[in-house]
Amino acid sequence: MEALAAARPRGRRLTNVFERPGVLASVLISPAVLFVLLLVGGPLLIAIGLSFTNATSGQLHGKWVGLENFRNEWTNPSFQSAVWHTFLFTVISQAIVLVVAGLLAHALTKNFPGKWLLRFLILLPWAAPIALSLMAWKWMFDTSYSIFNWTLVHFHLSKPLEVPQYLAEPKLAMGSVIAVHAWRIIPFAVVIFLAGLASIPKEVHDAAAIDGATGLRKFWSVSLPLQLPIATVALLFGIVFTATDMAIVYILTQGGPPPSFSTEMVTTWSYKTGIEAGSLGPGAAISLFLLPVLAVVSIAMLLFARKAEVS
Amino acid sequence: MKEKGLSYLIVGPFAILLAFPFYVMVITAFKNRAELYDPSVTPYWFGKQSPTWDNASFLFHETQYPRWLANTAIVGLCVVAITLVLAVPAGYALARLAGRVGQSLGVGIFLTYLVPPTLLFIPLFWVINQVHLQNSIWSLVLVYPSFTVPFATWLLMGFFKTIPAELEDAARVDGASRLKTLTRVVFPISVPGVLTVVIFSFSLVVNEFVYAFTFISPSEHKMVSTGVYTDLIRGDLPEWGAIMVAALIPSIPLALLYNTFLDRFIAGFTGGAFR
Repeated sequence: MEALAAARPRGRRLTNVFERPGVLASVLISPAVLFVLLLVGGPLLIAIGLSFTNATSGQLHGKWVGLENFRNEWTNPSFQSAVWHTFLFTVISQAIVLVVAGLLAHALTKNFPGKWLLRFLILLPWAAPIALSLMAWKWMFDTSYSIFNWTLVHFHLSKPLEVPQYLAEPKLAMGSVIAVHAWRIIPFAVVIFLAGLASIPKEVHDAAAIDGATGLRKFWSVSLPLQLPIATVALLFGIVFTATDMAIVYILTQGGPPPSFSTEMVTTWSYKTGIEAGSLGPGAAISLFLLPVLAVVSIAMLLFARKAEVS
Repeated sequence: MKEKGLSYLIVGPFAILLAFPFYVMVITAFKNRAELYDPSVTPYWFGKQSPTWDNASFLFHETQYPRWLANTAIVGLCVVAITLVLAVPAGYALARLAGRVGQSLGVGIFLTYLVPPTLLFIPLFWVINQVHLQNSIWSLVLVYPSFTVPFATWLLMGFFKTIPAELEDAARVDGASRLKTLTRVVFPISVPGVLTVVIFSFSLVVNEFVYAFTFISPSEHKMVSTGVYTDLIRGDLPEWGAIMVAALIPSIPLALLYNTFLDRFIAGFTGGAFR
């Protein structure tokens, strides 16, 4: 009885503490922040630490080698071409994504019968797990039974023994990887564009109608400029998703085809060095070369977020 | 009328193009094995011996596929639970209690979502080896919240902002404490938002490839996204029919859920940023 009486005021004090928004906020927020710091910030620091050592998957604590890993990779032709391929892969696929997604999102803002089904079909490449949908692409690019080549032969556009080898010829392989990646990202960009278009107030369209702007003219002087901020967001995401993607390239070509390795990316090169060859130190150094891309994109996003807040 | 026609003209062909691989998947999944390799049978449709359940029955009886599905479900459920415990309170507090600091902190948390697995897989591989979790699905349960929590926190922050604060004020005027307001008023209305986060977090788990591929090698501990690729395709003679069944089973329900919740997703995603 006495203990209960003694406990009561303390309990009330505890509730009172929770009545202060600042205290309650930090109690609610800190678990998530700590967890993320531990699992994102921690590994990032470990990656930086590892990149200065010669650690391997057999010998987890390697010796300090200073900047040697970075210097070696910087002058390594395999790494240099991986950077160039990553650049091409990102720029070309994102250019395709922006144009196609812009067109599609614009057309999807109107209401028409069957829109739900068409939207479902368009979103499939993004909604389905990528490692699984890539199985369809692997089969469609098959050396002997490709559906594309069957069609070419069927319509006498190619001789059976001269059909293209989509994943085995250097330039075609790069083209295929870019096409599949654009295929994957287009639906995502459409979603972001739709979100942006939905936030354009109806008055803008009314005003444009009063001023007599229709069709292409309206698209060019009204819709396009208003779409620019959201296009920037879609592009920034697209750059990160593309430059840091490994699943598509690895599953389709494994960075091949040999001997040119025309689709080797920074990510696949880092995987081959760090995990397949077990050289954790150099592998970590390679993946850290992605950090500048992320830094630039993050800063751009922050600037954008601030701008959106002010306006 | 003219504008509608134009919409069909743009959307129609692209819809066919984007969905085409899934069409091929369906045809291949139910096609007789011999017909797959017979050039006289069109790859665009079934031959005389099809459609057939042979590929599906092969997949479920002769491969580890059911095991991979089970592993994926276990990891997915655990990750979703961890994500909700961490992200629901954080999302609420960032939207309501933390003011301008909350907005910046929210953007900060969201930016960590942009740090990709391809940057962290080597140090995390190192950590997983240190704590002897390699080749165990628990390594994924530990690591996956690193991307689901930032993503979910951001979405939930957007959702909570769209719930009118007046509801809570009314409860507080009636004498409810902040904690009680949270459990009795806020959480019940946020069920649709939470459901959206559950679906998208689960979908992120099924989608993940790099960590699952790096951390786990024994076949019986694999996830769907890695098992199908490593065990069914890298063999000498891939069973293309069975592979397509394996790809279809998780893809179709996920895609349907994705579509159903897409509008809510957009509301949450933009709610955090563009207002």
